Order: sequence, then structure tokens, then C-alpha cells
Amino acid sequence: MSVWFRHLTTDRWIVSQPELKDVPFVLAAPERGRMVIKAVNVRAEVMGIENGMVVADARAVLPALLVFDYKPGFAEKLLLAFGTWCIRFTPIVSVDPPDGLILDITGCTHLWGGERAYLKDIVNRIRGAGYDVRAAIADTIGTAWAVCRFGTVTPLIPPEGEQAALSALPPAALRLEADTLERMQKLGFYQIRNFMNIPRSVLRRRFGPHLLYRMDQALGAEEELIDPIRPVEPYQERLSSLEPIRTATGINIALRKLLEALCGRLSKEGKGLRKGVFMGYRMDGKIEQIEIGTNSASCHVEHLFRLFELKVSSIEPALGIELFILEAPVVEELDQMQETLWNITGNNNQSEITELLDRLTGRGGMQIVHRYLPDAHYWPERSVKEAVSIQEKPQIEWRTDKPRPVSLLPKPERIEVAALQPDYPPAVFRHQGKVYHIRKADGPERIEQEWWIEEGLHRDYYCVEDMKGARYWIFRLGHYNEDKEDMPEWFIHGFFA
Amino acid sequence: MYQRAIHNDMVEKLQKDILSLQGFRVPAEGQRISFGLGAIENAFPNRIFPTGAIHELLSDTRENAAATTGFVAGLLGSIMQKGGICLWISNKRTLFPPALKFFGIEPDKIIFIDVQNEKDLLWMVEEALKCQALSAVVGELKEISLTESRRLQLAVEQSRVTGFLHRFNPKNTHTIASVARWKISQLPSETEKGMPGVGFSRWHVELLKVRNGEPGSWKLQWSAGRFEHVIRYKVTKPEPDLMNIA
Repeated sequence: MSVWFRHLTTDRWIVSQPELKDVPFVLAAPERGRMVIKAVNVRAEVMGIENGMVVADARAVLPALLVFDYKPGFAEKLLLAFGTWCIRFTPIVSVDPPDGLILDITGCTHLWGGERAYLKDIVNRIRGAGYDVRAAIADTIGTAWAVCRFGTVTPLIPPEGEQAALSALPPAALRLEADTLERMQKLGFYQIRNFMNIPRSVLRRRFGPHLLYRMDQALGAEEELIDPIRPVEPYQERLSSLEPIRTATGINIALRKLLEALCGRLSKEGKGLRKGVFMGYRMDGKIEQIEIGTNSASCHVEHLFRLFELKVSSIEPALGIELFILEAPVVEELDQMQETLWNITGNNNQSEITELLDRLTGRGGMQIVHRYLPDAHYWPERSVKEAVSIQEKPQIEWRTDKPRPVSLLPKPERIEVAALQPDYPPAVFRHQGKVYHIRKADGPERIEQEWWIEEGLHRDYYCVEDMKGARYWIFRLGHYNEDKEDMPEWFIHGFFA
Repeated sequence: MYQRAIHNDMVEKLQKDILSLQGFRVPAEGQRISFGLGAIENAFPNRIFPTGAIHELLSDTRENAAATTGFVAGLLGSIMQKGGICLWISNKRTLFPPALKFFGIEPDKIIFIDVQNEKDLLWMVEEALKCQALSAVVGELKEISLTESRRLQLAVEQSRVTGFLHRFNPKNTHTIASVARWKISQLPSETEKGMPGVGFSRWHVELLKVRNGEPGSWKLQWSAGRFEHVIRYKVTKPEPDLMNIA
């Protein structure tokens, strides 16, 4: 189905400023030093003003003409908004610049009781919003486009009826380039039927392959694909409501129904949801949406419902929601083996834990859960790495050969020290204005900087204990130098239990 | 005599019933976890360190917080010996995971939840305590009210999960619904005479409050992967603490 907005931008101006309705006006933009008309409203069009005219010429024709600035990109934005709105009629909608939409309505019309009612509903709704619009339904995009813009008989083209529908239309209906059209005009091809039956080789020699390609597209010999504004997710469920839904209970019922359908499909295919999006298309054209993520693939209706339930309150139904869509943009294979492989809970309760984690991340965000695995680095900050999943197992053993503090400062903090001899552990250190007298010390443990990761000096770690019994992990950065003025820096890095 | 014995038996049985109503259940023989706390366990009713309950631990300085973390890690090591997952929920976590291995815990079996908002944190601790699949939950937070702690208590009564609430420098130290309140501080370690270096981690363990038990204080050290009472403690004058050491 093709939809054509005849005066897209000017209609928008009239919608926002109703007093312009009966005044001829145009939108113009500077081009090569002249003001060129980019859009014309109905009134001005009747007076003979056309797109592409220079404003000065148009003023000569119609002195009362009003001229406003044409904003580039405005029409595209409007079209996209209309396209998004049309998703309530079919999931596959694409924008057809500069002023049209293409809808793939295969299998959608029966919900409205046939193609005629479907077309009427769309056109009436858009007209109701104040836009002058035409639409046509055909089996090919090319024919729908042509009939939508040039058709005079009926907007509904039956299957196999393309040829008959096109024959009376002008060549411009085939979406041809301007110079081809001009040449056809010169040759007297005013209607498509004039050249439809000319041998293809002759047409190719005369007009190039583009004409044949467009004709084939219109007649269905060549396939034409559309690029939907929102790609259709393979795992998507839709539920449209007879009456707009405004209550939380209603939304919950819709959500549960969709979840049941989606989870049933997922579990049949042995897959589970990792990310879910629940969208509500509101009466006023806005889309409300909530998202959830899970820590491991799940197709458990109750669990997913509870995750969504935490967020349902953020949906504002306003006048009511007409259509609910549940999508699973990220799905993964359900791992049947995972419980036996990773039986660290001891009692096969892993799903309970991942469900708990899902609830926690539902409230706090995905970034709050951390799990660590040992990494083959001595440098303390790099000796652990974050596990990517709850199932990941350590590749190497955790080390216990060197002392490590239970509490590690996120960043080492500077301390001032006094040592009895160079290369000895310090006797006294001062940290944040407090002085600590050291009684016992272990070390040093030298940890070299890994030059292939980061440049820097090595650290000599000491484990020290002060008079009160508090145990610290401190280090000296680099060597003692002969040069007295260049003393090495000391840092405190952690606290032992 | 005979009648009196019956009487005693009855009183004992009634006491046990009351205790179990209060949440101190005697675990079945096979399920009992040995914490190796020795004399400290005598301070609790039934002479068993209560699991499936909330323990509250207070600390004031960063040094003592580290000691408290060590003590909790030692207890967790016993709880998680048979495998299991622990949730460590905090908003200002400084815990260095590799250190847990020294307390007999596989650090990869701890899932850390780092959440900024203290209100969310409390909700998450409660949700976690409701989850029977977990072995233990550690919550590092500052403030908790009596009502909030009661909710946690109700959660563990259902799920039998052990919870540790580590409160660093709380403003309010009024009673909360916990089975025990601990305070752990660091003590100077000791090495064999004349040997250099730092000895085993040594703590002053104070049991400030315990429901239906006797508070007390002890000196413990963590050596060779278990708790050890320090008896041979060098003192110039006798300390009252020594009275409590069995």
C-alpha cells in the first residue's frame, strides 16, 4: 500500500496555525542566490504556483503570496513520525521520500474487514488530523505508487490487474528520471499504454535499462524490497485492543497474554529471552515502552512477568493504549546443561539465584552485579577480572602464596614515611595527618609493572603492623636513588584483616 | 529427687520450645556447621552458633572494618564449605576478592552487588535473604531502623539464610532485630620469640548483645585456615577478658 501526502509540510503549517487555511502561502529556501519554492499549499496551487518556481516569479503571478522559510529535514521528520504512527496498522512500514509512505499490509487487512475498510480507516484518520492524503493498494509497490499519485478510477488494484491499471497513467507514474520523461513527452508517449507493448530491446536502446527495470517492478516481474523504519524483530508478539486500555490491570493482562505467547514460542524452539521490550502505542501517537534484561536466558512467564511488573507503573496510558507489542531483541539458546556443569550451589538452585539477580538488576540496573575470576597477573589491580556471565568458571587457581589485604583502596593513597635505612620498611608513616608507628613488617614483595600493558615503575610492597595492631599494605614506587632530593614515593594500598 | 529431675527436664524442654519459637532451631545432626569458634559458641543458646539468623557487626575505623570483614569471611568459609553462593551487597565496597581465598572461600562463588542508593541496598538485602538457594548474604550498610531489621528477620525465619550486616560507623546504634551484635577490632599479632615479620591476623572479638545468651569478649586469631583462641597472650597485668576464655 502506498500513501501520498500531497501537501505534507504546508498542511503541517496549517495544523499549527489554522489562520493560514484560506491564505495562499509557500515555503521557500535559498538556492543559488534565489529563493526557490519548495512547498505550496492548496490555495497557492490553485492559483498556478508550482514547486521549483522562483519566489519573485510567483509574486508576479500572485502579489498576496505569503512566503515562509523552508526548513530542510522537516518533511523527513514528519514522514518518519507518520510512519511510526502507521505501525499500528502493519509492522512493516517504510518511508518513501519526499512525501510518501509504503506499507506492507500482507495479512493485515482482514482485521479491519477487508482492504476497502482498511484503506478508508487510514485515510480518514490522517485526513482527520488535517493532512491531504491519497492512498492505493496493489500487489506491487510500483503500481500502488502510480495509482496513489495518478490514479483516477479506484485505489484498490486487484491481483493481476496491474497492467490494466497502469495503461492509462502517464509515464511519470513509473518513477522515471526527469530527462527520460522529457524525451517521452517529445516522442508523444503520453500514456504508459503507448509504449507498454513495444519490444523490450527497442525500449532499452532508446531509454536505457532503467525504464525496463521500473516497468518490471510495477508489473511484478522484478522484486522490490522495502526498508522498514523499524526492523521487525523475529521474536515479536502483537496484541491490539478493541477499546483503548487505560488501567494498570488491563496493561498487566495484555502483558501476561503476550508473554505467554512469546514464551510458548521460545520454549518450543529451545530458546530463552535475554532482553525484552514491551511497547504500548497510545491513542495520541506516542509510544510508551519499558525494557527488562535477564542474567541468563529465560522463558519462564511468571518470572519475566515479575520483572516487567516492577516497571509497569512507569507507563502512562493517557487517553489509552491501542496496541501492545512485546519484542525479544536478544534471545539465547536455553542451556539445558548448565545446571549439571555449574553445580556450585550444591543443590541445583541456580535458576532461583539468577531469578533473584534479575529482580535486583531490574531495580538497580545491569551494572550492579559483579563476579570476579582470577587473572594471570601479579599487578594487584589486574589480578582479578570480571566474569562475563554467572556461569563462567575460573581458568586458573586463586593464589594464596603471597599475602593480599581484605580491603583494597580503589586508588593507592600517598603517605609520608621515615625509614631507618634505605631499602628497609619504614619505621613511621603519616597518612591523612595521622602518624602510625610501625612495630612489625614483612616484605618487600616486588611487583613489576607489566610494560606491555602500561609503562611505569615497579612497586615494593610491605605488610606492616602498627602499635595498635592495625595491619596495612604499603608500597614504595621505584628505587631509592643515590640522589637525596629525589626520594621515592610511598603509598598505602590496603588493610589486612 | 526424682520429681525434681522430671521438673528440670520439663523446664529444659520448655526452654528449648521457646527458643525454637524465637528462631533458634537446633539443626539436624548432619546439617550442623562447625565454625571452630570454641568458647564463643557457648555464649549462644543451645551452645550453637545461630545460622539462619541476622548477625550485626559494628566497626568504626577502616582498620577495624578490615578486621570485621576478615572475621565474617572466616565464618562464611565454614558456611560455604559444602558449596553454595553468597551475595555480597554493599555501596562502598573495598573488599579485594583474592583475599577471600585465605579464609577458605572460592572468591568466584561470591556475587557482588554494588548499589549506590542505600534504600535500594536495603531492599536488595531483603530480597536476597528471601532466596533459599543462597548460603549467606553479607550487607555492608550504615543505617537500619528497627522496623527494617524486623523485615529482614522475618525473611530469614522463612528462608533460613544466614545474614551478616556490617555497619560501618553508624549514626544510630539502637537495638535492631538481630540475633547478635558483634564488634571486632584489631590486636597486635605475635610471632615466635625473636622471629621477624607480621604474625597471624589477631582480633579482639566482642559479643556486645546476644539474644538469650551471654555477651562476652575473646581474643581470636586466624591461623592455618581456622579460628584459634589466643590463650598464651602476653600481658603485664591480668585483664578481665581472660576470665571468659574457656
